[in-house]
Amino acid sequence: MIKALRSRLHQGYKTNAFPAENPRLPERYPGAPRLETERCTVCGACKAICPTSAISVQSGEPAGAEPRLALDLGRCIFCRKCETACPEGAIAFTGSFRMGARAKAGLVLGSVPHVSSTRTSRLDVSNDAHKAVSTGAGNQALNSEETRLIEALDRKMLKIFGRAMKIRQVSAGGCNACEADVNVLETIGFDLSRFGISITASPRHADAIIVTGPVSKNMELALRKTYEAMPSPKLVIAVGACAISGGIYRGLPDVCGGADAVIPIDLYIPGCPPHPMTILNALLELLDRVPRKN
Amino acid sequence: MKLFTNGSAMSVEDIPVVDFEFFARSIAEAVKSGASIVALFAVPDYGKGAARTAAELTALPTNAATEKRARLFAFLGLPTKGMIGGIAADIGSAFPSLTPKIPQAHMFEREIFENTGIVPVGHPWLKPVRKIFDYDFYSLEGGQTHEVAVGPVHAGVIEPGHFRFQCYGEEVEHLEIALGYQHRGIEKALAGGPDIRTIHFMETSAGDTTIGHATAYAMLIEALTSTQPDARAEAVRGIALELERMANHIGDLGALAGDVGYLPTKSFCGRLRGEVLNLTAEICGNRFGRGIVQPGGVGFDIDEKMATSIAARLQKIVKDTDEAVGLLWDSPSVLARFERTGMLKKETALELGLVGPAARACGIERDVRSDYPSGIYKYAAIPVATYPSGDVYARAMVRMLEYQRSASAILDVLAALPAGNTGKPASRALPARSVALSLVEGWRGKICHCAITDNRGAFLYYKIVDPSFHNWPGLAYALRGQQISDFPLCNKSFNLSYCGFDL
Ligand code: SF4
Ligand code: SF4
Repeated sequence: MIKALRSRLHQGYKTNAFPAENPRLPERYPGAPRLETERCTVCGACKAICPTSAISVQSGEPAGAEPRLALDLGRCIFCRKCETACPEGAIAFTGSFRMGARAKAGLVLGSVPHVSSTRTSRLDVSNDAHKAVSTGAGNQALNSEETRLIEALDRKMLKIFGRAMKIRQVSAGGCNACEADVNVLETIGFDLSRFGISITASPRHADAIIVTGPVSKNMELALRKTYEAMPSPKLVIAVGACAISGGIYRGLPDVCGGADAVIPIDLYIPGCPPHPMTILNALLELLDRVPRKN
Repeated sequence: MKLFTNGSAMSVEDIPVVDFEFFARSIAEAVKSGASIVALFAVPDYGKGAARTAAELTALPTNAATEKRARLFAFLGLPTKGMIGGIAADIGSAFPSLTPKIPQAHMFEREIFENTGIVPVGHPWLKPVRKIFDYDFYSLEGGQTHEVAVGPVHAGVIEPGHFRFQCYGEEVEHLEIALGYQHRGIEKALAGGPDIRTIHFMETSAGDTTIGHATAYAMLIEALTSTQPDARAEAVRGIALELERMANHIGDLGALAGDVGYLPTKSFCGRLRGEVLNLTAEICGNRFGRGIVQPGGVGFDIDEKMATSIAARLQKIVKDTDEAVGLLWDSPSVLARFERTGMLKKETALELGLVGPAARACGIERDVRSDYPSGIYKYAAIPVATYPSGDVYARAMVRMLEYQRSASAILDVLAALPAGNTGKPASRALPARSVALSLVEGWRGKICHCAITDNRGAFLYYKIVDPSFHNWPGLAYALRGQQISDFPLCNKSFNLSYCGFDL
């Protein structure tokens, strides 16, 4: 007992200070990519080398517009091959861990935002994703200029989930790295429960599901049943390239190619796997828990 | 049998094709004298496939009855010789099962049946491997017996699998494990490669074993293209592989503590595992080591400054972990739960062909790093960690010894990083009609990759054998006669991969 107490003292206090302060991430951590559209000559070198077809050339939208590059964070596995391949230095990784969107379109960098619409969320998210990544949040402390990346839940939903949210995780055909980095949020380093968020064992007790993996055909039924077993209102969060788009397994006959082929998704968190900070940040932004000073 | 060393390539014609009886006898004899099956698979339509020239194809017999449908390849690890032996036989739509005499063939034969429809006649347990919807469980009948079904969705953040317990009261008489929920079809997708996706399929075969699988793949490509990676690149790979082992072993020790309700070690180790992953992220930016291993070398270098900082951080981690894990051995309530739980006899482990820490915890002194050394292990001998008791305690003990030995190996390598560069990418153009095989001691045990190329030098067949493929039946055996409430603890003490098995 004495020994246990003594080592408790040695091991010290290790919970990071987020969201008051951003943690230091490794220098080589890629973070969100940024497209320097002005530099891009649309030569296609990046597109040819991308293992997940995350890069595409968009043309004719709006009508008559120049062709331009688009990078889909929902497919990207952050291998940085495009960055190396680009002769113009038009793709750079910013080191920012803040990524995510409420709508899939919000994950596409460089897509031309549509102008005419009365509904704001989808389009604003798409716009914001671009802006936020361009500001390159880096590893400094949060600053007031930073654009919110993920639209928070509406007031009614915040009232239900804002102070306490229980999450059921469903692993569906991935590689177990996304699971590992969800799991780590429960350790003392991140201490998810200090935000009122916790992992629960039963879908009956869950407010949200985190889905990882491309949804293997063998897990399709189990995922659907888990979703149906949850009480409403409920949220679904897709963590990792696999769950968003199929990731590296996109197009294989034994997988569904992403969780939204099976159930509706409310939040997309990109990465392969996403850094635990990316997941934590996205959850907190969804719940409007990241302080925004201005 | 054709003998070769770990990480060799040869013409596919060099693997002797013998008649089936001789094939079966050779394997049985080798296994009797301590060999283990590292891979056993059937390449369907081998005679018609691209592995033959067009001229040979027209000369093939057309009589369906005598037609050989597939070529059966067996590769055996011969630890006493430090060599791998390869042998093959052509088979029709059925062959006499090897399993009754060689139990460790049993999962391989089930896989052959599932993938090709070729029947291993006389197989005692011919059930699906990854086809979950066809699974038919054994059940126990009687007044006091009952059945418990768990999964595929489990209570924690864990991969999916289905466990079916046949219980007599609280005691488990029989456990059946049905897997396949994580099946993505990786092996099928590899055929026709290598291409831009191949390395990523390797890195995600089992995400917690990114370095292990990527290294096995890189060794295989290097063997096929006769590329020798620089000593420095091999040093970086070795460091990454040992960091991977450390992170997982430390995480497992914490999780074992958690499963018996001993929270100090659980929470300390949970954090410390993360600290090790962060060291890997210092090297490549990704906590699982994505991008480090590339055929031909490594994608990232460790410079002087990084080496010093990693070494310093590692020493601190080891000190903290030793303290955290030490608490376990001082706590009688922990020991009472670890000792004599989930016992596996050495003979059973040998018969089933168990690998890695699970086997070493039964006193079996087998480790690819010393049996078939490659890369840094040719120079840096890491003592094999074994423990004789075969219970949860032994599996915990082996993990502790291993993370400690990995740490000192890493520190040694960091202190004397060889000069040179990180290598350049190996060519993707592979020789035609060749076969290559590589073994790596991943943190769960022996990883085997084997590739056969076709006439154009593309993969005709690519076989991945994750250590979990050997070890899942070990868990099922360890549960026999246990309280069902001990399942989580036993399961964690093996901590096997679902995705690595399911592929
Ligand atoms: S970093 Fe992303 S976009 Fe770039 S090549 Fe890799 S997967 Fe494609
Ligand atoms: S997104 Fe990447 S890390 Fe996550 S499960 Fe898929 S392959 Fe693994």
